Amino acid sequence: MASQNENFFLKYFWSTDHKIIALQYMFTGMAMALIGGYFAYAFRMQLAFPGAEIPLVGVVTPHEYNAFVTNHGTIMIFWVAMPVLIAAFGNYLIPLMIGADDMVFPRLNRLSYQIFLLSAIILVASFFVPGGGFGGAWTAYPPLSADGAYNLTPLGASMWVTAVALEFVAFLMGGINFITTAMNSRAPGMKAFDVPIVIWFIVIASILFMASVGPLIAGAIMLLFDQQIGTGYFDARTGGDPVLYQHLFWFFGHPEVYVVLLPALGIVAEIITVFSRKKLFAYKIVLYTAIATGVLSFFVWAHHQFIAGIDPRMANIFTVTTVLISIPIAEMCFVYIATLYGGSIRFTVPMLWALAFMAEFLIGGVTGIFLGASGADIYFHDTYFVLAHFHYTFFPIAIIAVFAGITYWFPKMFGRMMSETAGKVHFWITILTFNGIFIPLFVLGAWGQHRRIYSYEHFPDLWELQPLRIFATTCLVIMLLAQVIFLVNFFVSMLRGKKAGNNPWRANTLEWTVPSPPPHGNFETLPVVHRGPYEYSHPDHDEDFWPQDAAPAAESAS
Amino acid sequence: MMKPVATTRSAAGISTGMLAVWWLLASEIVIFGGLLASYIMHRLAHPEWAEYASHTNTWIGTLNTFVLLSSSLSAVLAHHAAEKGDGKKAAKYLLVTIGGALTFLVVKSIEWSIEIHHGYTITANGFWAFYYVAAGIHASHVIVGAIVMGWVAWYANQNRELQRVEMVGVYWHFVDIVWIFLFPLLYIAK
Amino acid sequence: MIEQYVVQASTYAADIDNVILLIAVLTGFWFFAAQGMFFWLLFRFRERPGHKAEYVTGDEPDLKRWINIPHILIIICDVFIVAAAIMVWVNVKQTLPEADRTIRIVAQQWAWTFVHPGPDGQLDTDDDITMIDELHVEVGQVYHYQLESTDVLHDFSVPVFRLKQDAIPGRRIVGWFEPTLPGHYDIQCAEMCGIGHGLMGARLFVETPEQHAQWMRDRGEILARAH
Repeated sequence: MASQNENFFLKYFWSTDHKIIALQYMFTGMAMALIGGYFAYAFRMQLAFPGAEIPLVGVVTPHEYNAFVTNHGTIMIFWVAMPVLIAAFGNYLIPLMIGADDMVFPRLNRLSYQIFLLSAIILVASFFVPGGGFGGAWTAYPPLSADGAYNLTPLGASMWVTAVALEFVAFLMGGINFITTAMNSRAPGMKAFDVPIVIWFIVIASILFMASVGPLIAGAIMLLFDQQIGTGYFDARTGGDPVLYQHLFWFFGHPEVYVVLLPALGIVAEIITVFSRKKLFAYKIVLYTAIATGVLSFFVWAHHQFIAGIDPRMANIFTVTTVLISIPIAEMCFVYIATLYGGSIRFTVPMLWALAFMAEFLIGGVTGIFLGASGADIYFHDTYFVLAHFHYTFFPIAIIAVFAGITYWFPKMFGRMMSETAGKVHFWITILTFNGIFIPLFVLGAWGQHRRIYSYEHFPDLWELQPLRIFATTCLVIMLLAQVIFLVNFFVSMLRGKKAGNNPWRANTLEWTVPSPPPHGNFETLPVVHRGPYEYSHPDHDEDFWPQDAAPAAESAS
Repeated sequence: MMKPVATTRSAAGISTGMLAVWWLLASEIVIFGGLLASYIMHRLAHPEWAEYASHTNTWIGTLNTFVLLSSSLSAVLAHHAAEKGDGKKAAKYLLVTIGGALTFLVVKSIEWSIEIHHGYTITANGFWAFYYVAAGIHASHVIVGAIVMGWVAWYANQNRELQRVEMVGVYWHFVDIVWIFLFPLLYIAK
Repeated sequence: MIEQYVVQASTYAADIDNVILLIAVLTGFWFFAAQGMFFWLLFRFRERPGHKAEYVTGDEPDLKRWINIPHILIIICDVFIVAAAIMVWVNVKQTLPEADRTIRIVAQQWAWTFVHPGPDGQLDTDDDITMIDELHVEVGQVYHYQLESTDVLHDFSVPVFRLKQDAIPGRRIVGWFEPTLPGHYDIQCAEMCGIGHGLMGARLFVETPEQHAQWMRDRGEILARAH
């Protein structure tokens, strides 16, 4: 084979193969997740034991605390959720699942990863420049972010903005590639409703990203100019408007939630159908609710700004749109639960993660109503209730769904099975400690505890709640330690796991018809599709699965 | 490098390259849209900006509008030639378009030098900040367009990849249309 | 619900708590219904030898009912939530009852300056009482606040009042509250404002008319001595 002659560098660092690029994104995302987790460890320890010497960190100063909080959020959303959920799974799955040999623009694909990697390096480097990393919250509201005299990190702030903007550019390029590939390169016979839901959702997510990020790219340029050459776009003293930035940010920021949610929901859809041996309940409803959610998500952004000094009448409109978005999302939850009806459910590790996603995300969903309703948000805004709410959405998205996806497609990616026992131990510790971290934070939020405070010693009404903070931190430390189980399982299985074969889960979609791992070019002969992706337990077919490319001759046999 | 089979398929009934160009433009529209919406909101909130805007040079702006529109015409002619399979002719028309792009940039730099010389720099006030950034981002698109057209013309001259002539043409029309929005907003509204 | 954690010290605190309670009841019902259904299905349709999964497309009317009926019920719940939320919002943020007194709150990195009207009850006169990180108000009086910032965004947050409002440089934002319960409470800055954000707390003293008058006399003497 030609690939054996390629040298190591060309094969793994300069490849145009969508699968290698997907793994590059995945490993970069995992490395960034370790950094983000380390930050969480540092600031949670500071909250539990203010001023103490923290192992592996040292004493956390207020500035470091802010920088940790800010970059924890930035990294987990832009450098973990985005690259792993959209870029890694998108790159890996789109060509395989639609029966193509690669993405339509392989070199653009490589370039987008390289820009992404550059952005990650810039972000990490910002911690080592004079003044240190940016600490003005992941939302980076001006005037704090716009003026070094206010944030005291003139260089760190600019590097932060540059890194975020570059990351957007990388994902715009990747997005164009994803959308074009999925639209144009489907296998013969694959009609729109034969496309697996995860592909649909990654494409819808890419379109949402593309349609929402533009104003923030413009905003990032303005912010950079405010920082570095002294323009005053967001400076009230020179006729600028600080609230304008908030609109630009949240016009992107809210659709962004759905940009990462949809791929996660797609992964969950693939897994629950396979492991309950069921057809997805009402495929078209799933698809239409996703599109409805996507469209609505462009009209809700100001619910982040109810008390930010916008015209209070606007809050009424945005309360209505925000509460409306609960309808398609609730519908989607019901449909997913209904898919389990009549199934034959196998509790494998990927299935456990997928089910956990549904149960935990529901908590994130219902607590969002409190924040979308303007009257209640007056109290909850910028408290730990908000923080716990969005961690109940983002943790299922960026961690639980990612573990579901990795454990499900690991046999395809590396040709070997992961350990089920280690997987289950890791699953239960992670899920229990996750709830152990954030349920106390809901309580703290109900107590009125506000966010981004490096120590509550200065707030007498809140200081007495210290035991809750210590409990949450303890759970976090256990959770972080439990990830060692996953990493060991991951790398040991990669080398020593049981051989997987082509289709260990007896699944229908096209990626399971090729060898594991698939060779460059994926398919020996490009497949022709005869049916939808979820024809499990079909009455006209003997086996309980029916691959999309199996010739229809089987029908006459039965 | 060989193209993957994926690139040659067109399940949506439109060529892959063209589809990608349209999506590229969709993402660009939102970037310019966000910038211009911010500008318009500020402009409405600050009547005094009309006075600042009166120092822009409408004549130079008009000249540049004329230059860009003419270059779009030669891009169309290049496309016609490419459709007929005449790569050499297409390349020539593309070179004319690149000439238009360069003229635009030269005029723009003269205009900016004059303005900066008069003290209307990017930090002078909010209007000039938007003026330089909006026109600057547009000008960077002109530069990128000129480079890409040079690359496409190089291939077209050897009668290769002629479908790219149309794609770069569509991009160039977009650059034109953005200017059609910028010109009244920055020069005429005074 | 919230009052179990944080006392209600303003006229509208109970209204806001009631909205929260309403949402908690409605979403709580759906949450437990959905989770109950979810875990029951997991148990009922676990893999058992000899049982094959059913082939269900989701278009069967008798099954689709299970999606459609909750769908309509959720819309009805949403209407109640939106109506309650907007009613409270309009009262707290959109209407401005006649003021008995007006105070000025100036936020800066990282301290609060509270300008109280002196004995004459008027702001911007010689007897104004300016305090750093201490706000003194009297129960039963309607206060207007004028919120300003000198540098970056801040947020004037008083959990016991259920009051929160961003301060924006270059603007003067006006709002209101009416204290009901004497005591001293936390004031927070609830918008990231830089390194000292965690230090930017202040104390709120809600006083009876007698206490408040006493405080004003004490401040008046200090002011007189200073002159």
